[in-house]
Order: sequence, then structure tokens, then C-alpha cells
Amino acid sequence: MARTMTRTTTTADEAPPHAPEDAGQPPSLFPPYRSTVDRSPRQPLIEIPQTLTERTGPAENLMGPARADLTTQHAGVPIGQRIVVSGRVLDEQRRPVASTVMEIWQANAAGRYIHVADQWNAPIDPNFTGAGLVVTDAEGRYQYTTIRPGAYPWGNHENAWRPAHIHLSLLGPAFATRLVTQMYFPDDPLIEIDPIAGAVPEPYRQRMVARFDIATTRASFALGYLFDVVLRGHAATPFEDRHE
Amino acid sequence: MSERLDNQSPELFGQTPWQTVGPFFHYGLPWKGGADLVSASELGARAELFPAEHYLLHVAQARGPVKGRVIELHGRVLDAKGQPVPDAMIEIWQANAAGRFVRDEGDSFLGFGRSSTSREGEYRFRTIFPGRVQEQAPHIAVSVFGRGLIKRLVTRVYFAGEASNEGDAILALVPEARRGTLIAAKDDHGYRFDVELAGDRETVFFDL
Ligand SMILES: [Fe+3]
Repeated sequence: MARTMTRTTTTADEAPPHAPEDAGQPPSLFPPYRSTVDRSPRQPLIEIPQTLTERTGPAENLMGPARADLTTQHAGVPIGQRIVVSGRVLDEQRRPVASTVMEIWQANAAGRYIHVADQWNAPIDPNFTGAGLVVTDAEGRYQYTTIRPGAYPWGNHENAWRPAHIHLSLLGPAFATRLVTQMYFPDDPLIEIDPIAGAVPEPYRQRMVARFDIATTRASFALGYLFDVVLRGHAATPFEDRHE
Repeated sequence: MSERLDNQSPELFGQTPWQTVGPFFHYGLPWKGGADLVSASELGARAELFPAEHYLLHVAQARGPVKGRVIELHGRVLDAKGQPVPDAMIEIWQANAAGRFVRDEGDSFLGFGRSSTSREGEYRFRTIFPGRVQEQAPHIAVSVFGRGLIKRLVTRVYFAGEASNEGDAILALVPEARRGTLIAAKDDHGYRFDVELAGDRETVFFDL
């Protein structure tokens, strides 16, 4: 217990570094995703040690209270298949990442975003924004309710369609653990021909595919999916094991 | 029937891969006030990109006193052709005036901020000049996100005219010819720092 106290008061000075990227991370330049060509660096990245700056992050939620039900944000009920997404946020040692913010945004059931730049001719749903926020509990667990998003066309190449996906943004405990990703759905044939998911080599791409789960499914209410998020873990001996 | 691998497959356990924020993140991420680390303005959001009834994000509340010299940190995000990037988002993480990353007694500053870029590719933060962290020169850690950026790019802002830049261990790892891309120039508003994603004056990006 005394350890825990010490750790709380000295975290900022003692936070261990976080592991490097693993083989499952995509490159910045991936020409099949056309926009990467003019927007990715050509010079090699410069490797730096993680200083206190990279090993720390905001320890409090600056983004406001949770918004875990995306289906009750307006006067009416949104159109589409209601789903519950549940899972854990873990580090690479399978330790829960507690009290971390996960931000969520997505298209509606027709695949249309509530955004002026989305000009696709699919209906807007006045009862659906598609923005949510959850905070993980002490075991790293989260859950939110939403509508299954639709696939949508985009201008990357002839007849290009994004597989149905939910955008996720996580802070984690440190600057080094920041993650933005997308969650995909099982048995979606578009995943294997999508240049954005395809930037992630196989088999790691499958880490982004949620699993349908009947135990998470709620009777007469919503289909359930499981999706765990794994953030970069500590690279060195955890502080608890070090001498002071 | 063979089981297809997915997120729950034990043999696949490991870091969740990065994916782009795409072009439509504005109603989901950059909140009103997210780019103002000093007071409660609406800096940082681009609420004009979606109907007002769909603004469900946080709105910054009044905060307590903040210690240190208030500065504006601003600049443009440019692509390989020098064109502004209007659908990017910048996040910063920095120490307070005392060089610490927590809220100190009597100082409500906490150094995390988020700004979307404007149509002209400009971002803008109101923050305080950071104190030195241990032996490092004053600096701000930066993440760049956007359409076309599959994963974030990480860089650092240092400040022109700071004598301590000379002895900074991270700057020393950067070839001298490229070090200038990490130094913000002083101007009327504070400091200007352009992010050039590629091209002749490509910003130095880091691998942590
Ligand atoms: Fe999308």
C-alpha cells in the first residue's frame, strides 16, 4: 500500500518508457491509400529515447462526461441495427488500462457522416450524430450502445468502398500510448480490398475485426460485439519493482 | 469450418494497429476550447462543419489561475506540394511553467490541447511557455493526425532564442541541417511552427 502511495505522488518522475511499435503497425506511406503519397514523410523517422515528456500524459479526463449511448442523443430513435460494443483496454502485459478515455465517431446506418464534407447521396438521420465517449473502469472495461454503421463509397479509386467501421481514439496513460484506430465487423467482404485496413499486414489486420458474441447480445434489444484494444505497454521494469 | 482470426484470437494478441482519423472527425474529437489551455474560449473546434444540433462534444469550462507566460502557438500543416492540409488535427502535450506534467498547487494548468486545422491548414493554441523538464530545453510534444495519415506523426516544438536548445539531448540527435524545422519562430502573437509533412523543408518526425 505504501508503494501505491509513493507511486501516485511520483508517477510523473518515474513513469517507465513504453514498448516500441510492433510488426502489426502500418507504414505511413502506403500508395494504394492515395492520400498518403503527399502526406507522409520521405525522410526516415529519428529514433529518440522516451523522456518524461513522452512517458506522461493527462491523468484526468479533459473531454467531459461519458456519452455511452449513441442511440438516445436526439428526440427520436435512429434507424438501423442497434448494437452493443463491449471490451477491455489493456497494455501489452495484459494489464488493464483504467480510467482512460475512448472517443468514438462513425457514419450512420446508411454510411453517411453528419459532416458537410460528406456529400454522398445517402440519407442523413436527424436522430443520429455518431459521436460518443466512454471511460474505462478499474478493469479496463468499456461498453457503448450504437447503430451498426453502413459501408460508404470514397474517391480513392474506381468503385472504392470503405468497409463498415467505427473510429476510435484513445489516450492511454502516456503521450507514447496514444492510439487512433478503426473497428471493423466480421464477415465484411470489403475489409480485404480496403486500402486503409490493408495498410496493416496480415494477420495483424484481423486484430481490428470485432467478434460477434451472443453473451454480449441483449435479448430483444441489440446485437453484441467484443473488441479489446491493446496499447503499447511498458518497455522496462515496472516502477514497482525498482529500488528507490 | 475453420475459425477466422479476429480481435479475440489469443494467438493474435498485441498492439491494436493504427488507422487514420479520416476526413470526418470534427464532430467527434476537437471540442470547443480544446486548443485553449489558459482560459475558456472556443478555440480548437470547427463546429461549422456540421449542424449545431449535432454538436455533442465538450465545451470548455472556466478554469482557475494559470501560472506562466501566455503564448500563442500557431502555424500551418502543409503537404509535399506545399498545399495546406485543411483536414488535419494537432495535439500538444507539454510541461507547466515549473517543468511539471501535473496540476500544481495554485496552478490549474494542464498541458494537453487539441486543435483542428482551418481551411487554410492553420492550427492555433493558447498556452503558456513551458518550463524546462529535467535537463531538456523548453519544448512541446506534438502529434499530427489527418486524412492520409494512417498513423500519427510525432514531432517537437522548440523555441527560437532559447540558449538551452544548444544542450538539449533530443535536438542533438537531429542532423544539424534539419534542426531548424523543430524551432518555432517568434512573432507578434507568440510562436509560429509550420508542420511540413514532406518536401524540401520536411519537418523532423520522431520514432519513440
Ligand atoms: Fe470513416
